[in-house]
Amino acid sequence: MGIDNIAKKVAGNERLDAEEGLALLRQADLLTLGEIAGSVRKRFHPERIVTFIVDRNINYTNICVNKCKFCAFYREADSPDAYVLTREEIFKKIEETIDLGGTQILMQGGVHPDLGIEYFEDLFSSIKSHFTIQIHSLSPSEISYVAKKAKISITAALKRLKAAGLDSIPGGGAEILVDRVREKVSPNKIRWREWMEVMKEAQRLGMPTTATMMFGSLETQEEIVRHMVRLRDLQDETRGFTAFIPWTYQPGNTELGGRPATAVEYLKILSLSRIMLDNFMNIQASWVTQGAKIAQVALEFGANDFGSTMIEENVVAAAGVAFRMSRQEIVSIIKDAGYTPAQRDTCYNILAVEK
Amino acid sequence: MDQNQIREKVLSNQRLSKEDGIALFTSRDLLLLGRLASHSASQKNADRVYFVQNMHINPTNLCVNRCKFCAFSRSKGEAGAYEMSIEDIVNKARNAGPGVREFHIVSGLHPDLPFSWYLDMLRSLKKESPHIHIKAFTAVEIDYLARLSGLGLKDTLLALREAGLGSLPGGGAEIFNPAVRTALCAEKISGNRWLEVMEIAHGIGLKSNATMLYGHIETIEDRVDHLIRLRELQDRTGGFQAFIPLSFHSQNTEIKKSSYTTGFDDLKTLAISRLMLDNFDHIKAYWVMLGEKITQVSLSFGVDDIDGTVVEERITRMAGGTTDGSMTRDELVDLIRQAGKKPVERDTVYNTIRIWE
Repeated sequence: MGIDNIAKKVAGNERLDAEEGLALLRQADLLTLGEIAGSVRKRFHPERIVTFIVDRNINYTNICVNKCKFCAFYREADSPDAYVLTREEIFKKIEETIDLGGTQILMQGGVHPDLGIEYFEDLFSSIKSHFTIQIHSLSPSEISYVAKKAKISITAALKRLKAAGLDSIPGGGAEILVDRVREKVSPNKIRWREWMEVMKEAQRLGMPTTATMMFGSLETQEEIVRHMVRLRDLQDETRGFTAFIPWTYQPGNTELGGRPATAVEYLKILSLSRIMLDNFMNIQASWVTQGAKIAQVALEFGANDFGSTMIEENVVAAAGVAFRMSRQEIVSIIKDAGYTPAQRDTCYNILAVEK
Repeated sequence: MDQNQIREKVLSNQRLSKEDGIALFTSRDLLLLGRLASHSASQKNADRVYFVQNMHINPTNLCVNRCKFCAFSRSKGEAGAYEMSIEDIVNKARNAGPGVREFHIVSGLHPDLPFSWYLDMLRSLKKESPHIHIKAFTAVEIDYLARLSGLGLKDTLLALREAGLGSLPGGGAEIFNPAVRTALCAEKISGNRWLEVMEIAHGIGLKSNATMLYGHIETIEDRVDHLIRLRELQDRTGGFQAFIPLSFHSQNTEIKKSSYTTGFDDLKTLAISRLMLDNFDHIKAYWVMLGEKITQVSLSFGVDDIDGTVVEERITRMAGGTTDGSMTRDELVDLIRQAGKKPVERDTVYNTIRIWE
């Protein structure tokens, strides 16, 4: 099927299959993808608002049993710069976040071998007793690990964590949801079905989640499209994903090495995700991996959300990429692109529109 | 004039007016600008994107001018001031890789070197590297050298050409509007004088580029006016090869601005330049200032040239530029290819050296 016919299908609000998605990625030029993605975005978000969240990433540890080859952040337990944050350190970071108008903390490790479900139950409940803040934490890999360690089911682990205060689950660790790729880049991490299972169970329990994709390592274009279709299939069942967030592999300081995906690849894949994921409300631009300029341009390539102010970010920074953006910069860059900026919460409710 | 009328004008190859240019700058439709600019670019250059293997040499940062947007210039004896001798320059040139075809040489206006020094520098470089094209001296430097030589512009340029000068870069144009220019760089030659230097250079057969510094205190009208004045001169001489919009970098300058130009502004400015400058063959994205990412995306916004390997440029770096000092030929080729375009290595005057099919 030619690009024109695929574009017509999209205009008629028809779903694209994997072959059509792949044809777009292979044959459509950058502007064509942007134009089609822009029309889909307009259908979802006619209001010309671009949202962002004020939050902080808190990486409670960098000790990790997974040791993924694309990761520059993890350390062995006996490494001189291995750490586990103390309760006091975590609380101080949360206080600072709230002082800056933050509504969410995103806590992720390291999958630490000694930290079990009790540790997180205790941590979350004590956070909730001290602060009013959304706990958007623990990726599927961490949840799977604590469930196995406690010898309980994923559902049982999620129920306990939710009861302790876990509100929602970030979509990290999805990488590429195809085992051929996972076996090469993250052989110790859960496989794609288990990632999906954690998300499905969480969504059944009423916990919102996001979904990510890390591309630009060893995957093929077919596998990128398959990743999107697999997410779309689960979303048809559950409607539990709030947003999709593609970002690029950052090869600095990693075992895997190589060169990063280019800006044109990023914008094409971002556009394709907006087109393929017809049951996702929100597509997030990644200024953390792309920088402010391309993240702004991404608003014309299907993105309607600018992600987070990320008062703190450690994982991408460990790969030598350290873009920083203040709330003010995010607001002014959204305005410069002709959109109205709005602070949102984790579930994409608008908290404050910036005039 | 609405966007549809402008679109019709572009598609039927009609020249855009000042009002059209202003309307395009106020448009929010970035992809439409990309579409129209790509249309113009493909008519001129098909899907070719040019680059050159070059080396930048900035012989001194001593400068008698004090432009407020500049983080590079120094006074004699000031911390960070430097000057290269002719020997230093020749030594640097000797390190140029085997594929290098161009020296890009621009400097501050040195307070006390005589005109003969510049002729010696050119001759020494030509002696060392006879096959490498020397693109040197902005119009501002040419005006300064003419004052040193006392020969007038034309004879100064003839003497420099005789000594080895091959063409002129496009720097020092900044923004032509006299009010903005006075506020930014009161000591620098006027816009009229800049254009006069170029007209005379073109008249004796020296090609040049043209630039515009944007993202400081200028208005949209100033930008469009700048483009139209370049277009008018180009109608008369045909001597400009490429137009290069330069995004302002504020760090360490006297112009207080907290941020870099935005991605939108960079892409719009490049696209509108392509649309307004219908008599320029090439629009160049200067990756040293724009970054590799915007440079690559700009190939869908009317750009057909990404400058070159550069090798150690110092001027942007001192104003907070974030790119590495150089890119290899292979990196440039990859960047172009992954944008779906055809890389063409060129020399300074756009003779094709090699095409990557």
